[in-house]
Amino acid sequence: MIGFFIANLLGYGGGPSSIPLMEAQIVNHYHWMSAGDFANVLAVANALPGPVATKIAAAVGYSKGGAVGALAALLATIVPSAIALIVMLRLVDKFRQSAVVKGMTRWILPVITVLMGILTWQVLETGARTLGWVQDLLIAAVSLFFIRFLKVHPAFVIVGAFLYGGFLLPHFSHVLS
Amino acid sequence: MVEKKGNLRELMTAMLRVGIVGYGGGPATMTLFRYEAVTRYQWLDDSEFAEILALANTLPGPMATKMAAYFGFRIGGWLGALLGVLAHILPSTLLVVLFFGIINHYRSYHAVRLMIAAVNPVISVLLGMLAYDFTRKSIQSLRWPAAFLGVLAALGCLLWLRIPDAVVVLAFLAFGALIGQTGKLSRWMDKSGSAKGGKDV
Repeated sequence: MIGFFIANLLGYGGGPSSIPLMEAQIVNHYHWMSAGDFANVLAVANALPGPVATKIAAAVGYSKGGAVGALAALLATIVPSAIALIVMLRLVDKFRQSAVVKGMTRWILPVITVLMGILTWQVLETGARTLGWVQDLLIAAVSLFFIRFLKVHPAFVIVGAFLYGGFLLPHFSHVLS
Repeated sequence: MVEKKGNLRELMTAMLRVGIVGYGGGPATMTLFRYEAVTRYQWLDDSEFAEILALANTLPGPMATKMAAYFGFRIGGWLGALLGVLAHILPSTLLVVLFFGIINHYRSYHAVRLMIAAVNPVISVLLGMLAYDFTRKSIQSLRWPAAFLGVLAALGCLLWLRIPDAVVVLAFLAFGALIGQTGKLSRWMDKSGSAKGGKDV
């Protein structure tokens, strides 16, 4: 399971951005799966909710070594980076009062703002590719209303969109086409 | 020291919820983490969340499990970290292992594809709200010309020069550390002396 360890040590930015690295290790380096099989795993992992990297690790680990394999792959994926973050943030907390840490805390905000802005656009565009812009923006507007003004928990809105997409949209698209 | 807030039951419920509804993985689920940690349970405030997010971004490995582990650790030490991660990943892990064949069979159906796609606009709204909140936060802690230049610089680095996220984040952290050290320059650019920044003086 060293392959997972390496892929995730290198996999910056989390989730989606570490997928190519996982593929390089799983398909090209260790030959645990063919590229086609990996594409299947990826598609299924994307269809299910929850974090993507751990789902892939579990599926590939399970196919190679049953439950033990799945567990080993998961541990290799999660443990190193989780411990690193905990240790690092404890250090930051220790020096919270220092001018250096305060300066870092302030100047990180513009970058996070921009990263979130870019992500907003990318996700919106991904939706439009399957739904079309009209439905995409309509769902966005309705969910903004529910979350911001009616203060509904986002989880319910996500489930709502899920049901709308699965049960109502297929009928609309027949009417439209 | 980290203030102890929240309990393990809150933690597990929150992480379970994020794990079940968190479509799209990694960065997209950060909005859900924030909702649980900042808005609902108030384990921490927005600027602390931004700091954790930034540091998590500079470290390698999957985002979501790092965040789940850290929140768990804050609330209940190493046991908390373990429980947080387990609650977060267990449902989707079991699903992927148990139902691989069935899901693989149905995923090409039109209705199923629409179902999954319909979640995207909701996530983008959550992300957009977060971006808006962080814009306000930037203006609250930096004087607006500095905040404006910071956003512009970040945009240029990420979109135009296409420098990787982690490198840009590290560069801004280093710049902030440098500015923080030089007292006078710092007072020029941020609000460390004014009323709003008063809490961290």
